[in-house]
Amino acid sequence: MSDGPERGAVDHGPDRSGSDALSTPGTADGVAVTGTLTVKRGLADMLRGGVIMDVVDAEQAKVAEDAGAVAVMALERVPSDIRRDGGVARMSDPEMIEGIQQAVTIPVMAKARIGHFAEAQVLASLGVDYIDESEVLTPADEAHHIDKWTFEIPFVCGATTLGEALRRISEGACLIRSKGEAGTGNIVEAVRHLRSILGDVRRITQADPAEQYAWAKQLAAPIDLVREIAATGRLPVPLFCAGGIATPADASLVMQLGAEAVFVGSGIFKSADPARRASAIVEATAHYADAALVAKVSTGLGEAMAGQEIASLEVHLADRGW
Amino acid sequence: MTIGVLALQGDAREHTAALADLGEGSRPVRTPGDLDGLSGLVLPGGESTTLSMLLESSGLFDPLSGALRAGLPAFGTCAGMILLASTVLDGRSDQRRFGMIDLTVRRNGYGRQAASFEKELSVSGFDSPVPAVFIRAPVVETVGPDVDVLACLDGARPVLCRQGRVLVSAFHPELTSDRRLHRMFVAMTKTEC
Repeated sequence: MSDGPERGAVDHGPDRSGSDALSTPGTADGVAVTGTLTVKRGLADMLRGGVIMDVVDAEQAKVAEDAGAVAVMALERVPSDIRRDGGVARMSDPEMIEGIQQAVTIPVMAKARIGHFAEAQVLASLGVDYIDESEVLTPADEAHHIDKWTFEIPFVCGATTLGEALRRISEGACLIRSKGEAGTGNIVEAVRHLRSILGDVRRITQADPAEQYAWAKQLAAPIDLVREIAATGRLPVPLFCAGGIATPADASLVMQLGAEAVFVGSGIFKSADPARRASAIVEATAHYADAALVAKVSTGLGEAMAGQEIASLEVHLADRGW
Repeated sequence: MTIGVLALQGDAREHTAALADLGEGSRPVRTPGDLDGLSGLVLPGGESTTLSMLLESSGLFDPLSGALRAGLPAFGTCAGMILLASTVLDGRSDQRRFGMIDLTVRRNGYGRQAASFEKELSVSGFDSPVPAVFIRAPVVETVGPDVDVLACLDGARPVLCRQGRVLVSAFHPELTSDRRLHRMFVAMTKTEC
């Protein structure tokens, strides 16, 4: 049997893969094991080719599901409002998250502050399907991210570079998204991050074993993960794009650059016709290589969200994370 | 003749790799034109409500339904099982399905992601268990008289079923390195019914 592209094959943290239980010989069925690496990364695999939409209430969550979202991200304010209002951005009120869980049948994700493991524990107790340890919220710890291995609920984390992505994976993240610059409606930062991460992945596939150590040192990342990239030619977990997607063509662009799915934050509910734009971005993500289809769904969509030049920003959310 | 893998959304890549391990070429299916000359179709894991909408908007639903009714062999895993089932509970009211296997399935019947699990599973006719990965998996609630149940969870709940040329699993064999279920499906595409 070939190992093929199986992601659960290499375990980088404490053994939670359940492989011991699974390899135990016996006549009866094995023991059911929850929270394994395969199960956690597997949900991210099922979201590939889809759109995850930021929603602030049950009504928006229904609009997202109606449009074909594969999941929703529950948060109190979309990034552009966080940017405008300033102050400390925190985990959402559990009542709001539960309202969204009851409103839709698709997976519900929610955000915790960087390093705020107590917020993550609360989200886990609510039964959210994925936790986003997110730079969009105000960081709670300036040196440490959450030890994500200790949770049965999977985590997604943002990254701007391959080194940052691998540090998050070494902490237990099961899905990486580009950070982009959330709330700007400007795709330039997400493109920079995807090109940086995927460009280095491609370069590592050309590295000999001695050079792989230099890569690990340069990226400040574990050598085992660098070796895995050299062997497979891809990140050990799925790579999605977030931060600045506002149009169907933006989604097509980042999918063609190598993102495997997209997160859309302010881009939908800050536009003129959210339901239609949401549906158009879903179509453009699924058929990203079909320019005629992207043209068709882009036609007459109304105003996109107002965008911002990166140079005009007071706060760069992507700088948060270590 | 080649096997198609529905590639509108979900883990089509893992199915493609599983078929390649068995020396089977395959091609992605996204538009009605991609259905020409297929010997079988894999419906992957993903989000069944999203897949239902994309099948509709791409114009694939009706021609694919016709091809399945004309005898195109199909293998559906998780969301793919939901799409092939005759009755879906806890879905959206507008969610479409092909009705190619006489099962009533309940979406996310085991619960949210925290309840997702993996387990070794005895399969009828196999001499050793298969590793089975269940992710927000559908639960089979009723099974029609023409359906063969090939594996049950804890000896009770059907999780691998076959009716004629349609094979469905509530779990994801494509996420493991065990290729026996894909081999079973490939054999189904090569035998006359």
